[in-house]
Amino acid sequence: MMARAAAALVSGLLFGLGLAVSQMANPAKVLGFLDIAGRWDPSLALVLAAAAGVATIGYRRVLSRPKPALAPAFNLPRKTGIDAKAVIGAALFGMGWGLAGLCPGPAFAALAFGQLEILFFIGTMGLGLHLARQMN
Amino acid sequence: MENFTPLSALAGGALMGLGAVVLLWLTGRIAGVSGIIAGLLPPGRGDALWRLAFLVGLVGGAAIYRTLGGPLQVLQFTMSTFMIVIGGLLVGLGAGLAGGCTSGHGICGVARASKRSLLALSVFILAAGLTIYLIRHVLRGG
Repeated sequence: MMARAAAALVSGLLFGLGLAVSQMANPAKVLGFLDIAGRWDPSLALVLAAAAGVATIGYRRVLSRPKPALAPAFNLPRKTGIDAKAVIGAALFGMGWGLAGLCPGPAFAALAFGQLEILFFIGTMGLGLHLARQMN
Repeated sequence: MENFTPLSALAGGALMGLGAVVLLWLTGRIAGVSGIIAGLLPPGRGDALWRLAFLVGLVGGAAIYRTLGGPLQVLQFTMSTFMIVIGGLLVGLGAGLAGGCTSGHGICGVARASKRSLLALSVFILAAGLTIYLIRHVLRGG
């Protein structure tokens, strides 16, 4: 269990570093991408493309193994189909993302900057996740 | 496009992709941040430690960047605290219902060519784009 936690820590460190380097932890930077009618900043598209590109190659190699290095089996989401709940949830998520310029990963990385607004966001985000769990 | 930072975007994105690969390779888990948080509300048995470790890593990675003097030192919030609070609620609720957020669907799901994730990412960006368009260019706020 400790080895798995150490692995998750390393993964989180890489992810958090990436969020800071790409400046995705900065709400104004994210909104600069989402606001195509403003002074448009395409950076976020490159972040996603690079991240998904590296993950596509890495996942293919990892998933060709029988199991992960430190766990008995891969734990992958089973749902890959499309339903109304996914669309409605994604639309609500997008509205919140467009309002605040923050989503879950960047919000945690943003904690390192010690600004109060982030705590409000993480608090209500946790409440929203909890509500969704009751509804699921 | 004076704000465009292609090199740091590609480098940061690659680090995030690498983080996702490390997690799957070693623990068999998807690096979906909303799912990792949701699993702590409340925590399941024997399942909380890796989740906490990942979240601590997220903060730690950004803290290392700041300590090393990276160019981003202060976050810019262009919206009111009220908007941030409502935004957080919608992001949490939406990610919970959609079964993932920008990391889980946008990076990990897309990497697995999941139709559900490709759709979710498209709707995320479309709904967020419409929202900020309304706020900035119709209501003239934010």
